[in-house]
Amino acid sequence: MPLNIVVCIKQVPDPEFFDKITLDSSTGTIQRNAVPVITNPLDRHALEEALRIREKFGGSVTAVTMGPLQARKSLDDALAMGADRGVLLCDQTFAGADTLATACVLSGGIRFLGPFDLIICGNETADGATAQVPAQLAEMLDTPHVTSVRKIDLSEDGSKALVERMVEDGFLRVELVLPAVIAVLKNINTYRLPTVMGIMEASGKEILELHCPACESVGIDLGDLGSRGSPTRFAGIFEAQQVRTVEMISGEPKDIVVTLIKKLHHLDAL
Amino acid sequence: MIMNNVVVWAEHRDNKLVPVSLELINKAKELAGRIQGDVAAILTGHQCGHLAEILIHHGASRVFLMEDPRLVFYQSDLYPKLIADLLTALSPEIVLIGGTSIGADLSPRIAAKMKTGLTAHCVNLYIENIDGRNQLIQVVPGWSGNMLIKIICPKRRPQMATVRPGVMEAGAPDLSRSGDIIPIKPEISDQEIKARTIEFVREAPEDVSLTDAGIIVSGGFGLGSAGGFTLIQELAAVIHGEVAGTRPAFDRGWIPESKMIGQSGKTVKPRLFISIGASGATHYTTGFLKSKTIVAIDRNPRAPIFGVADLGIVGDFREIVPCLLEKLKQDIEKKLSEEKEINHV
Repeated sequence: MPLNIVVCIKQVPDPEFFDKITLDSSTGTIQRNAVPVITNPLDRHALEEALRIREKFGGSVTAVTMGPLQARKSLDDALAMGADRGVLLCDQTFAGADTLATACVLSGGIRFLGPFDLIICGNETADGATAQVPAQLAEMLDTPHVTSVRKIDLSEDGSKALVERMVEDGFLRVELVLPAVIAVLKNINTYRLPTVMGIMEASGKEILELHCPACESVGIDLGDLGSRGSPTRFAGIFEAQQVRTVEMISGEPKDIVVTLIKKLHHLDAL
Repeated sequence: MIMNNVVVWAEHRDNKLVPVSLELINKAKELAGRIQGDVAAILTGHQCGHLAEILIHHGASRVFLMEDPRLVFYQSDLYPKLIADLLTALSPEIVLIGGTSIGADLSPRIAAKMKTGLTAHCVNLYIENIDGRNQLIQVVPGWSGNMLIKIICPKRRPQMATVRPGVMEAGAPDLSRSGDIIPIKPEISDQEIKARTIEFVREAPEDVSLTDAGIIVSGGFGLGSAGGFTLIQELAAVIHGEVAGTRPAFDRGWIPESKMIGQSGKTVKPRLFISIGASGATHYTTGFLKSKTIVAIDRNPRAPIFGVADLGIVGDFREIVPCLLEKLKQDIEKKLSEEKEINHV
């Protein structure tokens, strides 16, 4: 049975440049103009898993993201990897969303797109790493969810998934009735890289832009979106108390290490 | 019903409370004291009632106990529903949940059911009166340098937060403390269950090597490749330390998740923490600030890592670490030969 799969992706600042990110101390918003963006690495694993399921069962893979216009780039990447279409949820009203309001927009977009069988997300994003959106999205779509998944097996008729969900000392085997939201870990697969052919084909595929009216049309209250719909608020920024004064050791490497070892012995650290 | 209560979901594994549950009870006690409330705990599972006393000894005034054979494993449908229903009845001010693998799955779904805010991986929690209302200040690392951000959930209740294991400290139990154990019958309709955990397969005991380590050598993105970690491993082996790393190092597959230090990873406090090739984002440094001695090695003299270290070295780890290894090995050999001589005498 063909399956309609949605993959949620997010554009995040490249972790290689995290030290270049600064904060606007008056608003608490992240200033990351100087930082290149990439598709959240785990989301590529999510997309890969969706593509493999499509190869086996048929159906479609739709990549959905909420973000500014620049986030189209991540959708282009998803299309080049093999997604059938991209959907950009983009509206001024969506800005300033915490995880609850983000999940709300995603649920609106996904409901607007029509019936789906499976939603696959990366377990967390490289920037916030809260891992909260998948479970919250499932609540808003009224489907079951399972996070920290490293293996997905679908029943032959595509109505159920049997997954392995990692915990600290092993894994839980969980049976899910579809539609469901599944959040995956990096060890679930090795994702493919886009091919030249894939990139060429991507230019012929559709990227749909959805705005507030799409969410409203499926019954979402605009008050639940963006900063208005976010229960959490930024309440200030402060510098962590500096309890240590660093002593720099300089010189030639061979002298540095002698000093270092001496000091560490003196501190009873070695 | 006391309204100002602080509720902790008490997770247990192998018939024991996981340590973070008691760490949170201790924090809940402090927060409840500030808002004239009391501490309640929620225990869910099968035949777990004997754990309630321990929660009371650590500071819970009431323990709500939900037992059912169908709750023997964590169930991502049932647990959030049962707990959210109970929380709605209790209407607490604050709910704390451990940032474990299960806690991270459970808490967002509860927050979504209750349409309230949730802050993940808090590194500190305290009460502040803002515009006449007590608010839970939820502190998370900021991006730049040494900054921390305060998050609040000003209007909705409960205020929900998760905290990773080891971030807070557990208190000592007081065996004379008494409290109420309140059994709650879980209302479960089998047809509603769409996600069913059918078994737990144990693979390896939880990796706690970092929690107990005396020395930790931790590598960051600056190591450039997994090959850079070979040097780190060698150094750790020579000084009997454990290897760890930053989130970017984990993302690159250089270290397993169980070795990741920081806000969303492990919090450690060894005797000696050596950080190599990590610039020092607060997300990372918050995980080892309580170490006794901290050494930082990085190429960039302005890297924030030097702001949290006791000893700092600016330089290329490819030059410093081999040199350090050589000297350490020489010292060991010297010590061995001295010992030999003493034995001969």
